[in-house]
Amino acid sequence: MNNILTIFKKEMKSYFSSPVAYIVLAVFLGITGWFFTSNLFLGGVVTMRNVFDIIPFIYLFFIPAITMRTFAEEKKSGTIELLLTKPVTDLEIVLGKFLAALSLTAIALLLTWTYVISLSFIGKLDFGAVTGAYLGLLLMAGIYISIGIFASSLTHNQVVAFIISFLIVFALFMLNKVLIFLPSGFASIFEYISIDYHFGNIARGVLDTRNLIYYLSGIVIFIVLTKTSLESRRWT
Amino acid sequence: MSIRVENLTKYYGPTAAVKDISFEINTGQIVGFLGPNGAGKSTTMKIITTYLTQNQGKVYVDGLDTEQKPIEVRKKIGYLPEQNPLYLDMNVIDYLKFAAELESVPKNEIESAVNKVVDLCGLQDVRHKDIGELSKGFKQRVGLAQAMVHNPEVLILDEPTSGLDPNQIIEIRKLIKQLGKQKTLVLSTHIMQEVEATCDRVLIINNGEIVADGSPDSLQDKFRGKVEINLVIKKDSIDKDLIERAIASISNVERARVTRTDDKTITLHVSAQKGHDVREDIFRKIVSMNLVLLGLHQEEKSLEDIFRLLTKN
Repeated sequence: MNNILTIFKKEMKSYFSSPVAYIVLAVFLGITGWFFTSNLFLGGVVTMRNVFDIIPFIYLFFIPAITMRTFAEEKKSGTIELLLTKPVTDLEIVLGKFLAALSLTAIALLLTWTYVISLSFIGKLDFGAVTGAYLGLLLMAGIYISIGIFASSLTHNQVVAFIISFLIVFALFMLNKVLIFLPSGFASIFEYISIDYHFGNIARGVLDTRNLIYYLSGIVIFIVLTKTSLESRRWT
Repeated sequence: MSIRVENLTKYYGPTAAVKDISFEINTGQIVGFLGPNGAGKSTTMKIITTYLTQNQGKVYVDGLDTEQKPIEVRKKIGYLPEQNPLYLDMNVIDYLKFAAELESVPKNEIESAVNKVVDLCGLQDVRHKDIGELSKGFKQRVGLAQAMVHNPEVLILDEPTSGLDPNQIIEIRKLIKQLGKQKTLVLSTHIMQEVEATCDRVLIINNGEIVADGSPDSLQDKFRGKVEINLVIKKDSIDKDLIERAIASISNVERARVTRTDDKTITLHVSAQKGHDVREDIFRKIVSMNLVLLGLHQEEKSLEDIFRLLTKN
């Protein structure tokens, strides 16, 4: 536990000591802010729906960008050898990095609460649905991040890591949008695998255990894959 | 604290990087792995430090199997990889604190542990600088400090002086000698002088095999071939052939030949049988012939020659 915290603190420090965190946060707020204000002032509707709809799209770029360096950079600079020869397990390293990226995303989401608060002054907002949506967005970020970290562990090139994780999350994201092209037998399976499908439910304020299980198992699968990818150094 | 390696074999794909090597290192020794690039030095070190695992064989650090108890083994070892693992955007103190925390140094001892290695490695003046701004010599010292921050009993240093300038090399060697007094220290290098300057024992590794093992002196003894002596005598009216014959007649001398003559001196090259010191006999012979001896020099086979002899493919 202590080791996870040590890695976590180091990762958070390096996010905020470089321009990475500030740039991604600014871009995140810029895009969500534009959708928020255009909806409010042009449409005159008191809803967070537009913001929630756009965030999964922003994630497609935002999350690969913050996770691409996690392992790729350590591999390139050789610091991975430092981490892996210290009395720390591979899983602790992966979890420390996962939690740091998740926290950075949580900070980005937290900053969008300024929209929620301003909306609450001018109209009636369903806080239950909003909280549900934020929970869903955080879980979705969890899956994206575990995929991003996995991609980063496969290579020592950050650009390659970005592209791999983008391709995986994009495929998972698009799955439920191509259902009409699939035979009906496959459709339900693909729908279940699709990230967006589960978010749809949560965003409506329905917190189904099936959705929770989907997100959590996705996170676990990719964290285990990352751990395996780190261990593969030993037998190749 | 000992390191025991038994029949270690490691393949990268189809090629064997380390072939069935065995050795044992005891406390308080400074051991040098000497070998050309790609000989298997780094691979062996990476296996001892549990970064890699072997295909066959066993490695024990203080009696602990590196495959069974990697975390315990890592606690006992301080390791400086060949590619110095530095976070260039961190400052020296933060980096050393991070290393100490990973080594699970107790919270209240981290401060003093870090200060101790900062002093030991001469990092006082750069302690708050970003690592990326430091010179290569200082970076190497930060890497060393990182490896020692938890006061490990075993230090494994992979090419600790590569890429440094001569002054920095001497400083790092001094530091290594100093550290070797209390710890078991393994270092690798492809530079012979390094081994001669720092190590108690040398393992010469070539093509994944140990080709020689011993102290630098004993290796020199073992691989010393014929004794070769260069002799300078003051020029005299005496005939060259006569000198050659006289010296060749000394027992154990195989051959004596004049290689050069000028206005003032005659230079001879003398070969004697392996393991015989004939210098005194030569001196007496020359004196008895009423000649003046100006110089006498016995050529030593240096470790460098031995290294070349053993690792020539």
